[in-house]
Amino acid sequence: MTILQDAPPAAAAPAVRETMTMAAALNRALADALAEDDRVVVFGEDVGALGGVFRITDGLRARFGEERCFDTPLAEAGIVGTAVGMAMNGLRPVVEMQFDAFAYPALEQIVSHVAKMGNRTRGAMRLPIVIRVPYGGGIGGVEHHCDSSEAYYAHTPGLTVVSPATPQDAYALLRAAMRHPDPVVFLEPKKLYWAKGEVDTSITAELGRAVVVRPGSDVTLIAYGTSVPTALAAAEAAGAEGRSVGVVDVRTLAPFDDATVTDAVRATGRAVVVAEAPGFASVAAEIAARVGERCFSYLEAPVRRVTGFDVPYAPPKLEHHYLPDVDRILDAIDTLYPDEA
Amino acid sequence: MPRNPTHRPAHPREHPLAPGDLLPRDEPVRLLDETGASHADERYGMPPKARLLEGYRALVLGRRLNDQCTALVRQGRLAVYPSSHGQEACQVAAAMALGEGDWMFPTYRDVVAIASRGVPPAEALVLLRGDWHSGYDPARYGVAPQATPLATQLLHAVGYAHAAKLRGESTVVLAMSGDGATSEGDFHEALNFAAVFHLPVVFFVQNNGYAISVPLARQTAAPSLAHKAIGYGMPGQRVDGNDLPALLAVLDEAVERARSGGGPTLVEAHTYRMQAHTNADDDTRYRESEEVQTWVARDPLTRMRALLTSKRWLTQAREHELVAEAEAMAAGLRVAMTDEPEADPEELFRHVYATRPPALQEQWELLADELSRSEASAGSREETP
Ligand SMILES: Cc1ncc(C[n+]2csc(CCOP(=O)(O)OP(=O)(O)O)c2C)c(N)n1
Ligand SMILES: [Mg+2]
Repeated sequence: MTILQDAPPAAAAPAVRETMTMAAALNRALADALAEDDRVVVFGEDVGALGGVFRITDGLRARFGEERCFDTPLAEAGIVGTAVGMAMNGLRPVVEMQFDAFAYPALEQIVSHVAKMGNRTRGAMRLPIVIRVPYGGGIGGVEHHCDSSEAYYAHTPGLTVVSPATPQDAYALLRAAMRHPDPVVFLEPKKLYWAKGEVDTSITAELGRAVVVRPGSDVTLIAYGTSVPTALAAAEAAGAEGRSVGVVDVRTLAPFDDATVTDAVRATGRAVVVAEAPGFASVAAEIAARVGERCFSYLEAPVRRVTGFDVPYAPPKLEHHYLPDVDRILDAIDTLYPDEA
Repeated sequence: MPRNPTHRPAHPREHPLAPGDLLPRDEPVRLLDETGASHADERYGMPPKARLLEGYRALVLGRRLNDQCTALVRQGRLAVYPSSHGQEACQVAAAMALGEGDWMFPTYRDVVAIASRGVPPAEALVLLRGDWHSGYDPARYGVAPQATPLATQLLHAVGYAHAAKLRGESTVVLAMSGDGATSEGDFHEALNFAAVFHLPVVFFVQNNGYAISVPLARQTAAPSLAHKAIGYGMPGQRVDGNDLPALLAVLDEAVERARSGGGPTLVEAHTYRMQAHTNADDDTRYRESEEVQTWVARDPLTRMRALLTSKRWLTQAREHELVAEAEAMAAGLRVAMTDEPEADPEELFRHVYATRPPALQEQWELLADELSRSEASAGSREETP
């Protein structure tokens, strides 16, 4: 038995199709979920009158009222811990952590409770919580505002970890996360908040599915979040040099979609994983290991990783040295062709 | 820094203070009214003339520093600036309350306090300029690196004080935070540790009414933040945070209590952030301009100037001297911020560990190779007409 009632009949928000920023797509996803399901509540720091420091909750309090979208005392463990209790009592909390590094006070709640409740109770009590976390760098932010913290979550069994790279996926994946029976850590690449793209709100997405965003027959780049546009730009540049480079957007970091990634790499025999986080013990490391295990006999060269260095995130003046960029990816692709060197 | 052994009691007091000794007043302590007229208090005396003049000088410099930094952000010379414009009396009092061997644990908003304690402004601004994560040697000034993760530094402050006690040093530690940060679990843990171990810490909360957009009413339902002190078993006091003499009197008493073995105190200063949270914030989304105007009328500089002028302690000539000194400081800062040394990318790898591990050396060599190749290609591009 689960304590959740069945989802109320969906008074589905009318579908729209328009060009918008990722920030606007996320805002619309929250608004549509609040409109369709009165179990959804949105809370966190500055999400009310201000609409969030990134304006992702802009207008929600005015439209849905103080009970559905509210500011809390400034305490991340409190925000996530109370979300656990709310989910236990039938609500579907969507909480905002203000920045990647400011979610750390909530780690105990996330690791010890959010991730484990379903397993601990043998499925009797699942926690449909969405923890939204703006993450990553490339915005000139000072320390603690640019962490790529995905590995902490992805390493924790029980958490579903998602990161969109386009406004369309931002909308569809956040809607899917809010319908998911289990807790989702929804990582929003803040550098892409203001990037625009077309969003069709009638398109749905499934959690746990990677997607080939660019086909290619020579090399497969595997990326997520902010690294997806970087990988696409590198693929384009490599194309101009005569190499057919494909790109897979992982989208759900955990549980990982081995099938899509394995198929893509088997077809090319060469793979580079691109991610902004430090490479050691990272999601990129895990992906490289899985690809190595599953594609060994198909590989023409060892799987390469292009990641952040194993240093604390760089200060604004140095971040361009830290972040994986097109040239670094092209260099890595070159190493997959040792005979041409 | 000099370390003076003391004779602090090794054990907490045998007779815990009575609740009446722990509760703050119903109204914040005030020695100046809003017009700058002095206001007698039965417990807190007006600091002496020399101290008031020193404080006024620091206020003038602090205000100029805040406003210069705000201008530097607009010119793109600073990445971000959380201004303490309007809170300078708190900033200055925090620095003045401490002695040479004491320590301050500041936040991102406390640049003026750090500078008032003697850290050169250009060093204090390294974090916000984006060159590095901190720009000064903490031990040289008795100032911990500015903390951005809220309330975390309060525990460090308590630990520093605990070590000082174990080492027999007379250090007093000032642990600074905002009102919003009092909601974090670390705030609770820090006050509790300090009280249980009877440590020489002064918790100094600058209650400016907001945590970004969130008003104080969303942080606490207590009568005041200072009332929280009684729950830990330490005295709390409230003070007008735009009244420099009152701040000095209240902080001096708390520092003296800490130094003489009387344990920690929680001081809440009622003040106001007259500008947005940072340059990136839009405060019109969450507060009315009339509210800001009310506080402009309580400007800490105006009040001090009125007091000193009425007592004839501040002459026109002295006022001009101070303005000139502030302008010189601001001009020096502009120069320091304009002449921009290329940030050294190897810094990324130098300080992560005491000894650079081979894997990091390898990563640096990779980057160095990239840099030399891009330099070479830039060079060859220059040569081709
Ligand atoms: C643990 C943590 N959570 C969130 C933030 C983001 N943040 C930075 S400043 C701030 C408001 C702090 O308010 P307050 O403590 O009153 O200090 P003030 O900025 O008013 O000086 C918030 C939420 C942070 N820095 N650290
Ligand atoms: Mg505040």
